[in-house]
Amino acid sequence: MIATTVRVLRQLRHDPRTVALLVVVPALLMLLLRYVLDSKTTFSHVAPALLGIFPFLLMFLVTSIATLRERTSGTLERLMTAPLPKLALLAGYAAGFSLVALVQVGVTTAVSLALGLSVTGSVGWLVVVTVGDALLGVALGLLASAFAATEFQAIQLMPVVVLPQVLLCGLFQPRAQMATVLRWVADVMPVSYAVEALQHVAAQPDVDAAFARDVLVLAAFVAGALVAAAGTLRRRTR
Amino acid sequence: MANSVVLCAGLRVVRGGVQILSAFSARIEEGAVTGLLGPSGCGKTTLIRSIAGTQRIAGGRVEVLGRSAGDPWLRRRIGYAAQTAAVYTDLTVEENVRYFAAVTGAPRDDVDRVLDAVDLRPFRRVLTGRLSGGQRSRVSLAVALLGAPRLLLLDEPTVGLDPVLRAQLWDLFGRLTDGGLSLLVSSHVMDEAERCDQLLLMRDGALLAQDTPDALRRRTGTDDLDEAFLALIRAAERGDGDRAVA
Ligand SMILES: Nc1ncnc2c1ncn2[C@@H]1O[C@H](COP(=O)(O)OP(=O)(O)O)[C@@H](O)[C@H]1O
Ligand SMILES: [Mg+2]
Repeated sequence: MIATTVRVLRQLRHDPRTVALLVVVPALLMLLLRYVLDSKTTFSHVAPALLGIFPFLLMFLVTSIATLRERTSGTLERLMTAPLPKLALLAGYAAGFSLVALVQVGVTTAVSLALGLSVTGSVGWLVVVTVGDALLGVALGLLASAFAATEFQAIQLMPVVVLPQVLLCGLFQPRAQMATVLRWVADVMPVSYAVEALQHVAAQPDVDAAFARDVLVLAAFVAGALVAAAGTLRRRTR
Repeated sequence: MANSVVLCAGLRVVRGGVQILSAFSARIEEGAVTGLLGPSGCGKTTLIRSIAGTQRIAGGRVEVLGRSAGDPWLRRRIGYAAQTAAVYTDLTVEENVRYFAAVTGAPRDDVDRVLDAVDLRPFRRVLTGRLSGGQRSRVSLAVALLGAPRLLLLDEPTVGLDPVLRAQLWDLFGRLTDGGLSLLVSSHVMDEAERCDQLLLMRDGALLAQDTPDALRRRTGTDDLDEAFLALIRAAERGDGDRAVA
């Protein structure tokens, strides 16, 4: 499992442009947002939700394409003939990308705080939830790669998987105020819970049961997506 | 007669609704280089994948080292280099081999051994994506050699190599069998057939003949394997199989 983590990180090291994009882009977007809104209060209001969206989006994109390459280049087939449990492979993957996500989240959070994001609760929890959210992007990316045959298709999956969650996560409209059907949809989307948890940490000094539930739901989605992704790794193909 | 390491009996494979292998039966000898020859598209890759256990089969039986193909026990005992170099282009040669060594549980010093075997030591720090096609397929071959496999499945390992390197690799294959290893090597060029101990001649998903190069020449009354192959095809088309050529 550690071998796979090290390998993923080595691959990224040979691709500094991707790493730069992963680490710098969310922070730059936060900067942009701060000056588009031109108000610290509004920024503080919107930023927690975006902290849940940017890492998710980027990690989803990078993971789905990296895994798709693995499927099409034959390296996955080779790994499937090796004495390596599928979940160990996926865990190794997830761990490697999570380390990247941790750096990304650290930079993005630091920049957001410097730009005036006020966090009433603990910054530690903020980072935990954001990393969990990035991990969700990794897990869903691993899963989504099974439904794409080309990189072109993989990119097209992004708007399908990510944009509805952005629209319904509570950024534009609190979930409680949505039409019932939309709320049901939002309720089964994992990003909704990440955003709710982040908004909670930003606004409330203490964690409560609702926050704990959000975090658990998020963790369950990550675990579920990883197990489902393991199901898409086939030792035998047609 | 030597023991067989692979036994295919009535193997049937369907891909995309088309029958690729039909009632394919053959055996592969232990400690020998078996050449799998036939025109492009005849089903060589499909057969090799069936033996490697990565191909879903529609019928029949494939036994490898006494187990059913795909058995987890076989994962440490088969080295498989697919037709496309299945290595990471964004890792160096050495990083690739190290990773697969870790995954297959091969000892660390194996990395140097397999890099030497395929003559890639000078390129160990080069990014695999920057290598030529032939060099890249040698990286893939190096990975297949890792550990202590008892059977090597090599799908067109010499495509795109210059004649000198090709000869070197065939020398290597011969040396590997001295250690008791069995090899199945596919190729679509007949001049490589000469280097094999055993030949499987394939056409349109069926086995045309299985024998040593010498025996095949004798049977068909030719001194050229290309001619022998043609004679076998003609005999098969007359509908009387390879018996009539004897
Ligand atoms: N994924 C696939 N789906 C459907 N048909 C396939 C697939 N892969 C290969 N084939 C067909 O199977 C036949 C045998 O292919 P292959 O085993 O690759 O032959 P070879 O290795 O001898 O060139 C070819 O006619 C090819 O078009
Ligand atoms: Mg082939």
